[in-house]
Amino acid sequence: MALTVVSPTPPEAIKVRRRPWWVRNITIIAGGALLLAALLMALLAPWLGTIDPTALSPIRRLRPPSDQFWFGTDQLGRDLYSRVIYGARASLLVGAAVAAFAVAAGLFFGLVSGFNRWVDAVLMRVMDGLMSIPSVLLAVALMALTKASLGNVIVAIAVAEVPRVTRLVRSVVLGLREQPFVEAAVASGTSAPRILVRHILPNTIAPLLVQATYICASAIITEAILSFIGAGLPPSIPTWGNIIAEGRAVFQIRPQLILIPAAFLSATVLAINLLGDGLRDALDPRLARQM
Amino acid sequence: MGVVALFVFSLLYLAPGDPAAIIAGDIATVDDIARIRAVLGLDEPFHIRFGTWLWSILHGDLGSSIFSNLPVSTLIGQRVEATVSLAATTLVFAVLVAVPMGVVAAWKAGSLIDRAVMVFAVFGFSVPVFVLGYLLIFGFSISLDWLPVQGFVSITEGFWPFLRQLVLPTIALGTVYIALIARMTRAAMLDVLAQDYIRTADAKGLRTDRVLVGHALRNAAVPIVTVIGIGVALLIGGVVVTESVFAIPGLGRMTVDAILRRDYPVIQGVILMFSFVYVVINLLVDLSYTLFDPRIRY
Repeated sequence: MALTVVSPTPPEAIKVRRRPWWVRNITIIAGGALLLAALLMALLAPWLGTIDPTALSPIRRLRPPSDQFWFGTDQLGRDLYSRVIYGARASLLVGAAVAAFAVAAGLFFGLVSGFNRWVDAVLMRVMDGLMSIPSVLLAVALMALTKASLGNVIVAIAVAEVPRVTRLVRSVVLGLREQPFVEAAVASGTSAPRILVRHILPNTIAPLLVQATYICASAIITEAILSFIGAGLPPSIPTWGNIIAEGRAVFQIRPQLILIPAAFLSATVLAINLLGDGLRDALDPRLARQM
Repeated sequence: MGVVALFVFSLLYLAPGDPAAIIAGDIATVDDIARIRAVLGLDEPFHIRFGTWLWSILHGDLGSSIFSNLPVSTLIGQRVEATVSLAATTLVFAVLVAVPMGVVAAWKAGSLIDRAVMVFAVFGFSVPVFVLGYLLIFGFSISLDWLPVQGFVSITEGFWPFLRQLVLPTIALGTVYIALIARMTRAAMLDVLAQDYIRTADAKGLRTDRVLVGHALRNAAVPIVTVIGIGVALLIGGVVVTESVFAIPGLGRMTVDAILRRDYPVIQGVILMFSFVYVVINLLVDLSYTLFDPRIRY
């Protein structure tokens, strides 16, 4: 998604007092802490007082929150607390995998097209085409083709993000190509692959890291949207999107079936966005602004 | 657009299941299926089928739904009003809220208002559309009972009922869009406000609002309009979800239903149409640059 709008550094006219490091990096700290909590929750799910998140129990359907079932139960008698905790696994996994996949593919395409005019001309037209399909629709279309599984969801979401990463990497490469140190490398007879890996690649890491966090955040939202409209992970896997989708039917009598997973979902995405904003400001802000 | 068409066609081509076998039904023989396939032209190679398909698209024929057998263009026609209404109200609402927000945030950069706008923007990006939708329904429809829960009323049945139904969906769908536009407006305004001619305008005693709107906003318009155009992708993705949450009979709902039933011609038609709209809007955005910046010529 095109969520990569970047706010600039304040203009010179505004004097910013030098504040202690923890105040300056408050977004990184807050985002990181929240994300760490979500990660721990996902990893330690079996030891957090949960029961089997898919265990059905017809006799305890739609219970309100109680000592035994902290968040109540859904219409099939499953424990909402356990389902929400386990749901973190799917969301974080999808987010991280999509970010890794999109960055890897985008890095490859971007490096190649930044250094080869012919590949660039063809590749960029294809990427333009992909980018002209709204990303949620692209993912939906790909999911309609294949059956619901974790791998397919990750690929479907990542495909929509690849063009954006490719463009970012390409713009960095095009900028760097004219730099004296690259010219020096060319002049001293360094081979093109070696220049790409040794001189160009390290310079793409900072903007890519920032971009990866935004992709991760938007991938988690997209996964939830896909699950919500029935084109995502199979209903047997507890994900936040699936839990919310199933809660729709009983929203009017048991709103917590939607509001609680929704709160966890939003908090996780918020954490990652905060981390991304913080990283962007901390790392070279000018590079990130090229997107 | 060519790439989009090829992609969308491949979607149908690669789709699992044989349409001929589905049409033939359970008691058909292998020969029957082969005959139907020949009639439908399904035995032709990829490039010929793509050619015929593209030809019929250019003539406005998007094929027929596998389920209702109605032409896809008719189905789209039936649903388009609700979606266009929602998208239009959201667009207007978002621009009217976001641009002033961004301008004030940039004008008072570093102040509490600025912080508040930025915090709102981060939240806007982080709360998914359907979450916001349910929160709004819970707050305003169920708890307070101020606004209708779900549904859609055509504008032909009166303007106020029409608007009442759209208030919550518009806010839900508009928030992420507002966040996007407000952030871009603030960024663009900050760049412009640091320019010399702004200081000149200020120094010669021009009123602040004239400087902000007449000098600064006008010069910041190009990136703002660009992001409004790009953001339409968010809007289109969000429409699909918002219509499900609020039970609005629009194209988004139709897409979701088509996905659940694997109705490929409908999915194809809708994606093609949305992508077309998106490309056209961004073309218009590009053309509008000349309005804001006379230096740009085509």
